[in-house]
Amino acid sequence: MSAYETLRHFADSWGLLAMLVIFITLCAWPFRPGARDRNRDAATLIFKDENDGE
Amino acid sequence: MSLTQQHKKLERNVTLLSVGAFVAVAIGGIVEIAPLFWIDNTIEKVDGMRPYTPLEQAGRDIYIREGCYACHSQMIRPFRDEVERYGHYSLAAESMYDHPFQWGSKRTGPDLARVGGRYSDEWHVQHLQDPQSVVPQSVMPSYAFLSDTELYVGDPSATLRALQRVGVPYTEADIENAPTDLKAQANPDADAGDLQERYPKTQIRDFDGNPTKVTEMDALVAYLQMLGTLVDVNSAAAQEELAEEKGR
Amino acid sequence: MEAVLGRVGLWFLVLLLAIGAFAGAQDTAFAAHAVLIAIVAFILIWVTANSYDPLTKVQSMFHMPSDPSRYDDDPVRWGVLATMFWGIVGMLAGVFIALQLAFPALNVEPYLNFGRVRPLHTSAVIFAFGGNALIATSFYIVQRTCRTRLAFPSLARFVFWGYQLFIVLAASGYLLGVTQSREYAEPEWYVDIWLTIVWLSYAAVFIGTIIRRHEPHIYVANWFFLAFIITVAMLHLVNNLAMPVSLLGSRSYSAFAGVQDALTQWWYGHNAVGFFLTAGFLAMMYYFVPKQAERPIYSYRLSIIHFWSLIFLYIWAGPHHLHYTALPDWAQTLGMVFSVMLWMPSWGGMINGLMTLNGAWDKVRTDPIIRMMVMALAFYGMSTFEGPVLSIKAVNSLSHYTDWTIGHVHSGALGWNGMITFACVYYLVPRLWKRDRMFSLRMINWHFWLATIGIVFYAASMWVAGITQGLMWREYGLDGYLVNSFVDTVEALHPMYIMRAFGGGLYLLGGAIMTYNIWMTLKGRVREEAPMSQPIFDDEKDRPITANPAQVPAE
Repeated sequence: MSAYETLRHFADSWGLLAMLVIFITLCAWPFRPGARDRNRDAATLIFKDENDGE
Repeated sequence: MSLTQQHKKLERNVTLLSVGAFVAVAIGGIVEIAPLFWIDNTIEKVDGMRPYTPLEQAGRDIYIREGCYACHSQMIRPFRDEVERYGHYSLAAESMYDHPFQWGSKRTGPDLARVGGRYSDEWHVQHLQDPQSVVPQSVMPSYAFLSDTELYVGDPSATLRALQRVGVPYTEADIENAPTDLKAQANPDADAGDLQERYPKTQIRDFDGNPTKVTEMDALVAYLQMLGTLVDVNSAAAQEELAEEKGR
Repeated sequence: MEAVLGRVGLWFLVLLLAIGAFAGAQDTAFAAHAVLIAIVAFILIWVTANSYDPLTKVQSMFHMPSDPSRYDDDPVRWGVLATMFWGIVGMLAGVFIALQLAFPALNVEPYLNFGRVRPLHTSAVIFAFGGNALIATSFYIVQRTCRTRLAFPSLARFVFWGYQLFIVLAASGYLLGVTQSREYAEPEWYVDIWLTIVWLSYAAVFIGTIIRRHEPHIYVANWFFLAFIITVAMLHLVNNLAMPVSLLGSRSYSAFAGVQDALTQWWYGHNAVGFFLTAGFLAMMYYFVPKQAERPIYSYRLSIIHFWSLIFLYIWAGPHHLHYTALPDWAQTLGMVFSVMLWMPSWGGMINGLMTLNGAWDKVRTDPIIRMMVMALAFYGMSTFEGPVLSIKAVNSLSHYTDWTIGHVHSGALGWNGMITFACVYYLVPRLWKRDRMFSLRMINWHFWLATIGIVFYAASMWVAGITQGLMWREYGLDGYLVNSFVDTVEALHPMYIMRAFGGGLYLLGGAIMTYNIWMTLKGRVREEAPMSQPIFDDEKDRPITANPAQVPAE
């Protein structure tokens, strides 16, 4: 089997599975319970200085 | 936590973010582009490809300078209508010496991948000078100034040397003879030396109908007239079929 | 004094080098650029030696407030002015080449032929208009979200002026015939090296400011800016690898050839769209839409997913520009699959922006800036849907090489990039020049409608033109022969080209109104006008919808 075919078989089996797992983990990551406050803080930080610091 | 420690942590975060983003954007390019350089069936093996002669290369530089690629593609797709309109579909090997490639992305005008030999030199000169005089509905700009502008390429040997450095197989003889090759190809009376042997299928003649000087028109028409003429596509197609049977 | 002497010496060295480059130049374009550099160096010597500060004078010409505020806004103000200037130049060039395609007599050979002005148009709108907007807004946003002044203030000024020099060198080069022929990366090797220096300085200022921040979080807009800066640096470096013919000449040859060169170029070309025109502008969206709507982004979590999935997927999509070419089939398929997947994060971003207005939809009626932002997001959604559709090989076989692509690009560029930039500039100008509001809100409204109608004309005519041409090319008669010669298809497009130029003209007119509006705001004038929407008071209807209004107001 050529290197190309070996790589291709790897890409459409284990490679694909690994990508799927990583993808789902990364998507779930921001939804972990601990992140709620962090996200709210980050989202509202742009309103802290109403006058834009002028 | 002391201030310095805190600072370190902040710094780490932006570094992490940068590294993470870089890794995310690097993967796609590496997976798609890198294999093209080492998978050997990317470019089929065909006979007939040779580097451009100095005059053709000068014409190609003019083609690029004038932005012809903005309206003309040089890539025939394997569809019935395109093959009937422009000729056999383009092979990867046919642009293997193209630094840069000229496949184009838009056809405001027709494809030029196999325009060589389809029209006479006179037609090309007339068409470039005043496109509407040949094709009344054409929207192409006129390039009459090419006929008046004497061809100036600086040092033709340096051009070939630069191309050799990026991988075009010019021989030392090619580079040494570049200045004389450049003039000789547009002058049927001059002694072309072994130009024909070093560059097979080279067309040697006065292209712009003005034998007194070598103009930019000579160079551009010489380039247009050689496009798609190097590879015998029928034998190439046969090879490709064979390759497919063998599973190369 | 020594510092002044040192600087004069430096500029003098640059002047000498430029004169040397002029003397040894291998072609006229390179000589012209050497003269340009020499003039810049001479002006800098003169300015430094006289301790003459023309900047203050020019700053007063543009009515810039001089009092030092909490943030370093000078580069931002210059960036806003440059955005407007290059925007008008780029759109004017666009209308000009659109008219050239309808009326070829407008070509003036050699300098103003279509082939030379077209890269001027694309570079002016993408890199000059868009680039200045990105530099200005990134400097504005990064200071506010990090609550600190710009790191390396003089480097920030170098970034701005160095970038303008890059634009002038690139644009003048195109007209003189200096081009690498790589679409959206046309500048030659020496201009590329200059841009690399400017870009790395930009990265240093931006990252330096983030490191100095007085805020635990890095706001998501800065993530997008960071990805944009890093990725553009990577794309620029790889795609412009080339061998110059002479160190004193403008010409160079790409390091790659044929199929590898094509994929490298479109990996770059597509991600110039993906990171310059998408990631960077999404950063603007993530700051200015919440600010103007006065409510936080709809979902911060979604913005994180949006970020990672967008930057990861975009980079793969390049090969869809090379469907059915000599590029290997596996690469084409990969490009298509990832392009289709890209639809999801794109719409995630659009939904996140639009839903930010949840509960404040009335602002679309009353606030023309919000209206522009909503229209920008709508066009973003539309063109990021159209893109995946066009990347499907079967569709692409019809659309490729036709004006459909041009229409698609412009619905994104005019609708998304243009509209969001205009909205941000309208947001920024009164704040940067410390005015109460723009000179005229009604003119913003006029601008909005002219731009919207202009885009409709543009996109609709290009759809028709593209599909017409694609179908005519492949039309077979009953006799089994092709029905149309190529020039028949050119002739058929003539009315569409006129309509397109008309649409572009409307869009340019909107830009002109904007320029006037901004100039008047800079002068501190306020137009007396009726408010944008005057609700007619109806006593009958002025009562609560529910009989017992809730005690606690909704979030």
